[in-house]
Amino acid sequence: MLQQFSYDLAHLIGATVLMAGFGMLYQRRLFAVLNTFAFQALALAAAAAWQAHVQNAPHLYATAAIALIFKAIAVPIALHWLVERLGIHRTVETALSIGWTMIVGVALVALAIMLVLPVTAKAAALTRESLSIAMSVVLLGMLMMITRRNAVTQVVGFMALENGLILAAVSAKGMPLVVEISIAFSVLVAMTVFGIFFFRIRERFDSLDLHFLETYRGDRQ
Amino acid sequence: MLIASALLSLPLLSLFIIAFGRWERAHAVAYAGCFIACVSLFSGGLEHLGGVWGAPNLVLPFGLPWLKAHFRIDNLSALFLLVINFSGAIASAYAIGYSEHLHERRRVTPFYPLFLFGMNTVLVADDAFVFLVAWEFMSLASWLMVLADHEKPDNRRAAAVYLMMAVFGTFCLLPALGLMAGAGGDYTFAAMRLKDLSGVTGFLVVLLTLLGTGSKAGLVPLHVWLPLAHPAAPSHVSALMSGVMTKVALYGLIRILFDLHGDVGWQWGAAMMVVGGITAVMGVLYAVMQDDIKTLLAYSTVENVGVVVIGLGLAIAFKADGENLLAALALVAGLYHIVNHSVFKSLLFLGAGAVITATGKRSISQLGGLLNRLPVTGAAFLVGAAAASSLPPLNGFVSEWLILQTLFKGPGLPHWAMKFGVPVVGALLALAAALAAACFVRAYGIAFLGRPRTDAARQAGEVTFGMRASLVVLAGACVVLGVIPVTVTDALSHVVQPLTGVSFKVSADLGWPWLSPVSSNRGSYSGTVLVMVGLALFGAVILLVHRFGTEAVRRADAWDCGHREDIPQTQYTGPSFAQPIRRVFGGTVFRARESVVMPPPGDDSPARHTVSMIDPVWDGVYGRIGGIVNWAADLVNRLQYLTVRGYLLMMFCTLVFMLLVVAVRQQS
Repeated sequence: MLQQFSYDLAHLIGATVLMAGFGMLYQRRLFAVLNTFAFQALALAAAAAWQAHVQNAPHLYATAAIALIFKAIAVPIALHWLVERLGIHRTVETALSIGWTMIVGVALVALAIMLVLPVTAKAAALTRESLSIAMSVVLLGMLMMITRRNAVTQVVGFMALENGLILAAVSAKGMPLVVEISIAFSVLVAMTVFGIFFFRIRERFDSLDLHFLETYRGDRQ
Repeated sequence: MLIASALLSLPLLSLFIIAFGRWERAHAVAYAGCFIACVSLFSGGLEHLGGVWGAPNLVLPFGLPWLKAHFRIDNLSALFLLVINFSGAIASAYAIGYSEHLHERRRVTPFYPLFLFGMNTVLVADDAFVFLVAWEFMSLASWLMVLADHEKPDNRRAAAVYLMMAVFGTFCLLPALGLMAGAGGDYTFAAMRLKDLSGVTGFLVVLLTLLGTGSKAGLVPLHVWLPLAHPAAPSHVSALMSGVMTKVALYGLIRILFDLHGDVGWQWGAAMMVVGGITAVMGVLYAVMQDDIKTLLAYSTVENVGVVVIGLGLAIAFKADGENLLAALALVAGLYHIVNHSVFKSLLFLGAGAVITATGKRSISQLGGLLNRLPVTGAAFLVGAAAASSLPPLNGFVSEWLILQTLFKGPGLPHWAMKFGVPVVGALLALAAALAAACFVRAYGIAFLGRPRTDAARQAGEVTFGMRASLVVLAGACVVLGVIPVTVTDALSHVVQPLTGVSFKVSADLGWPWLSPVSSNRGSYSGTVLVMVGLALFGAVILLVHRFGTEAVRRADAWDCGHREDIPQTQYTGPSFAQPIRRVFGGTVFRARESVVMPPPGDDSPARHTVSMIDPVWDGVYGRIGGIVNWAADLVNRLQYLTVRGYLLMMFCTLVFMLLVVAVRQQS
């Protein structure tokens, strides 16, 4: 009974993370994307905490705390601040229309489920579902990176991809804490680098549209 | 033991010359060492061919971690050991004197022993790994020597083309041997012999083997590197590359198609005969046109490889139809031509080296009258040229005659393609032999007869004793191999016996001096008797001429056969000799363009007649391949200029594609 309940709850939280991924694809405004991202990170922290409780693995609480503090609070606030500070155009510029993006996203989720379920036939049910959800989140993050023009949305896509990785890591038993900590720190470093990068692009081109960056490569001429 | 120690001494010699290359005498010492090693290897091969030890194996614990290096010497290896090390020894002895004049000798001598080492190791290899490594050793060492005189742009181009073709050849042989080893991964030849190679695998093995060894041997259209690379190396190396390295390639062909594969269809035999016939005719046609004496010889090598491949193809066709006796005969003929060509081509290249040493000229139209200045070299070169033109009683005749005799049995095969095709190939072979005679009459006549065309030819002096001795030994070998054909074919039938499964004597009907491959009343030949009769007739003619000729009164003619004034330009030239043949085949085979530039009125400069020729293979095959490569490179080049999102998209699509592949594969 308790087993079934814990499974259902884990499944629910995982599905919430995935839904948040779709939500990010759907948003047309930059702040809404950031808020959805914060929500996804929050759901991720909840997933990690629940796994810590179910698996009786206290180190996953640390993971949950890291996800909560950095990804759900620090990174969205920093991005908010950057967007305001730089006065960035606040609509999401798409390379592929939102409807199509959603359809491709659904196809990717189907692919992930088709792929993961047979491969992990022998693993515990919990791990199987979580892995397929985590893989879907990763693919959706990538999709976000390639279908949005603005640099901020690309960073958010990258962070969402990281969320998927962490979700996979927490739902597999026996993954050491070191891995998650290092992922968290790499995200932090990436955040810093991106921040500096934004300033530089902005200073140079008065825009964060990557299109300007492409015309400026020295090897083109 | 003898063979192993001789083989090991070769890399040591290379190290020695790298260490002491500055010392003048070191080069002579190194070549003397190579000579001794080759003689040891030769005698080792002779012992094995005599059947003293059977086919000894040797397994050494090196190479890839899970493999050991396997070596084995059977009759076929022993025969090729003889072929290679005979020429190798002579070329080494020749090089002692020759390399003194070579300004780039420090770039040649270190690689020469390695080249010999590679070729010999190919022969004794008994697994795919050793075989391929030795094969590459041979290619790369010879490539370095082609590049020795790299100040000339032509040589750099030759080396680049050669390297590309060598890589291509190995690239084909690697999967061929891999396919024979199969998924089990047992790379020993012994395991490959037991494999059943039919269907697609067998087809691919034969195709890749023909491409891989054919590119090394110089089969049309894979021959383009050969006339560039062979002349670019110093002459003793050219002699080995042309006379010997092509034979190592043919050894690979025989080893795989007759020994390891063992079940090749008759269609492949037919294909080889067609390719061989075309190779022979194309090679010799180009040889007739050449002005550079070494390029001429290299093209003649292409021709002779074609002749050998006709014999081998015929052997495959006979073997596939169970005519083992005729297969053995064809194989004996092919092997005999391999032996002969290695001897006379080495002789011709070394002779060309002597001419170049004496005059500094490579173009035959700048030579002339050399027979008076270089009597020994000239006489030896004449023997080689006669052998290459397949004139009796020399060795070149016997083997081509044997191949022709075997071809006459070809229409007896049950397939209509062969019934019709074999006579055509026979006609091609006959045409090639006739053109070869024209080619060497031209080469010898222009270079050695007549009067000198330049001061360099006028002041040429005979080369050192060692070089002359090498030439004389090789010329002697040409005569001996031609005069005792039955002894040679009997030895070769020992070699052929394990490959075709029958033991036979070419001289079955008539006994020792008479070669009668088919039957005693359809065709027989005896070099021995021919020489006896020839010598007797020659003596009689000389006696008669002396008796009656000298007493007649002689008067000089007013115009003295057009030679009254001593202007060498009035002589027949090389291009004019070749012109009729160029006219006949000009438009198609050579893409020849002739143009005459007349001086404007009032200008007293001479009119100029220029001829340009290009091998159609360059445009037809390599030009297209180059075009395809460029097109592909352009496509790839676009990837260098994608946007950031473009790169991400590419990675994403690749990932999704691979995931799809995994998903689909596990569903099925």
